[in-house]
Amino acid sequence: MVMSETIKEARHSYLDAPYGLKSWLLTRDHKRIAMLYLISITIFFMLGGLFAAGIRLELLTPKGDIWSADLYNKMFSMHGVIMVFFFLVPSIPATLGNFFVPIMIGTKDLAFPRINLLSWYLYVIGGVIALIVLAMGGIDTGWTFYTPYSSFASNTNVTLAIVGVFVAGFSSILTGFNFIVTVHRMRAPGMTWFRLPLFVWAQYATSLVMILGTPVVAITLTLVAAERTLHLGIFDPKIGGDPVLFQHLFWFYSHPAVYIMILPGMGVISELVAAMSRKQIFGYGFVAASSLAIAILGFLVWGHHLFVSSQSIYAGMVFSIITMLVAVPSAVKTFNWAATMYKGAVSWESPTFWVVGFMGLFLIGGLTGLYLAAMGMDIALHDTYFVVAHFHYIMVGGAIMAFMGGLHFWWPKMTGRMYNEGLAKAAAVLVFVGFNFTFFPQFILGYLGMPRRYYAYPDEFQVWNVLSSAGASVLGIGYMLVFTYMMYSLFRGEPAPANPWGAKGLEWTTSSPPPTFNFDEDPIVTEPAYDYKPAGSEVIVG
Amino acid sequence: MSGHAPITPVRTLVTIFLTLLVFTAVTVFAAMRDFGALNTPVALLIAVTKASLVITFFMAVRYNTPLTKVVVVSGFLWLLILFGLGLNDYLTRAWIGVPGR
Amino acid sequence: MASHDAHAHHPKQQHHFYSMEQQLEASILGMWVFLVTEVMFFGGLFMAYIVYRHMYPLAWAESSHELNVYMGGGNTVVLICSSLTMALAVRAAQIGSRKGQIVNLILTILLGSTFLVVKYFEYKAKFEHGLVPGPHFDPHELLANGTLAPIHLPQGSEIFFSLYFIMTGIHALHMVVGIALMLIILAMAWKGKFGPDYYNPVEISGLYWHFVDIVWIFLFPLLYLLGAHFSL
Repeated sequence: MVMSETIKEARHSYLDAPYGLKSWLLTRDHKRIAMLYLISITIFFMLGGLFAAGIRLELLTPKGDIWSADLYNKMFSMHGVIMVFFFLVPSIPATLGNFFVPIMIGTKDLAFPRINLLSWYLYVIGGVIALIVLAMGGIDTGWTFYTPYSSFASNTNVTLAIVGVFVAGFSSILTGFNFIVTVHRMRAPGMTWFRLPLFVWAQYATSLVMILGTPVVAITLTLVAAERTLHLGIFDPKIGGDPVLFQHLFWFYSHPAVYIMILPGMGVISELVAAMSRKQIFGYGFVAASSLAIAILGFLVWGHHLFVSSQSIYAGMVFSIITMLVAVPSAVKTFNWAATMYKGAVSWESPTFWVVGFMGLFLIGGLTGLYLAAMGMDIALHDTYFVVAHFHYIMVGGAIMAFMGGLHFWWPKMTGRMYNEGLAKAAAVLVFVGFNFTFFPQFILGYLGMPRRYYAYPDEFQVWNVLSSAGASVLGIGYMLVFTYMMYSLFRGEPAPANPWGAKGLEWTTSSPPPTFNFDEDPIVTEPAYDYKPAGSEVIVG
Repeated sequence: MSGHAPITPVRTLVTIFLTLLVFTAVTVFAAMRDFGALNTPVALLIAVTKASLVITFFMAVRYNTPLTKVVVVSGFLWLLILFGLGLNDYLTRAWIGVPGR
Repeated sequence: MASHDAHAHHPKQQHHFYSMEQQLEASILGMWVFLVTEVMFFGGLFMAYIVYRHMYPLAWAESSHELNVYMGGGNTVVLICSSLTMALAVRAAQIGSRKGQIVNLILTILLGSTFLVVKYFEYKAKFEHGLVPGPHFDPHELLANGTLAPIHLPQGSEIFFSLYFIMTGIHALHMVVGIALMLIILAMAWKGKFGPDYYNPVEISGLYWHFVDIVWIFLFPLLYLLGAHFSL
């Protein structure tokens, strides 16, 4: 009977009605737009991964013997640009966020559905421009576009790359602005701020960062493009320009950008921890507030990227102290997640694997950030592999694991299909092991002094580099495994029930996949989030 | 559904308009005099006043929800973070020396 | 697209909103959130301005002297007038006066275009005086007898002019977008699409227009009026 019920529901779900490519390309349905994004960012993730493979391949041997130095520079630059701007920044917000924010607050769509579609088209246009840049040889400035090399000396397609990043950035601004207005103005009756799922709080905080930070990198990169094309230079030292000013303006966004990349992941983890422990999140208010705290404090620390740039020592001290402060709200979240799991009825299903992996890896990533926050240590560690390891622990060990966890947790809801649980657990383990082998040796390499962005290194570093490259292969296999069984599930997966995990939340009260307008009747909310109590307390719908 | 948003009277709009013109003249004349260190603060004060008039009356923010007002203020506040912490570097370069320099 | 609402609603009310009021509030909030991004966008330029002015005060004062205060000041007045006509256009939509909307929108467009025309002449003069940064940066000054004489500007002046062109240029681009928006709004107003229960596009386009005016309110004194150095 489950089969026929779900087939009947599938007939009316957002996936089927209406039919046809045009209905997808002109959709206003936030769920369809989320799926369109999912397809696009997966493509870019694979492309970025290809460049990572190229990097790790070269670094198997101490000499630069596979790629030329120029080509290597282009590989790490394209890897960074693609992974940051075309994968991580949109990842959770544009897929899981787009799909679930309206459902979680109990409404039919985002505030501005057409702008949502526009944001996807802008992302695609930006992506196509990035592909054109790639076809024309890529850029070699690093994803950080430091001047005066980028504004002056590099003979690669910097201007076009800037246009691609600008357009993709504008796409993220539109997503953020949509979420802010939606969460403020479209919550269902009874959905007060403090009944909101923590995923929504996290998306909201992320959106604040997108709105306030992205425009600054947009204008900064525009200035670089203006200098290259129109000779309207303001960073050129010959006419008195200050390259450090570029760094200030660039990192004013790019540091908060890393919070754009991790906050949504933290929101996902909150959801998964509560569901998998079948327990109310410990310290809900603190976790919600910590998202806002991270968003705001995150704007006050960018100078820690400039410790060795000739920035004033005094300013460095100020930035160093605030950087250590910004770790506090992240720690609050971590403690609260652990406290939630403690004495919870933890079920070891595949999402839990990703959650636990996240918590360990994010912990290491966060703690190593404190090493770098200390000015004195940073002088030794800046531009070494220690930094590379630190941010990959957060971005990959943290953000991507959270994304995987969320994808698995909500896959049945989004697609109406179950994936192979055994393979999913195996993939989580493979990714975790592969990840650690890839990036832990890089902490050691950085400590030993290996600089980043170099394609050759002294012989004594080889053993760690080989370990790292071997780990990268395992990591890659893990991700490919995920892709494989997920794709298989689309065609052969078991039809999913409305609530396969027995979780609380408005999204589980509607069918898998949901109908086009999300709910058959407009929800009215009367209970707090994560209201895990003995039988008899369901969220009232209608 | 009509009348749910207050309509600013023409008289008010014209008064604000004339005030803005007056302030423009003031800022030009103020620039012709030297107030020493106060030159820039005076110019900025006038500009901020003009902007506030446009925001409050022409953009009718005074009739908007408290949330909208918070949004308006926070935008400009965020600029102050950029300016403040950025200048925190440029203005303090000589404060603490580096050994050997 | 079956409607779930039992009551009939305004044809312009989108299905995910439960009232026109909610829709208007959301639109206004949305436009202001977007304007915040614009504040930060221009803000980066102002940051650069502040830093370089701190570094090259002399260059700033002397370069500012080369800008045409009359054109800058005139443009300021033009934009303030256009803000008045814009506010009147919104008001006309609110009270349902089609004629009021059309007249004021046309005036706004004309005033905005005037601004751009003056800007063209300003830029042209900069070109002629060799004040455009880059390989052809060769500052000259127009003397009383109508000839151009080379002048020496302090270190940092080329940056001032870079910022001048970028800041006023990006501002002008925003004006162009604004005028295009107004043409669209004018066409819709002509067809009588706006009235007391639906004037959202006029309102939010107006917000954009006023914002562009506000940017100029700051650009004018900061670029044109530095150093207490000129007399009328």
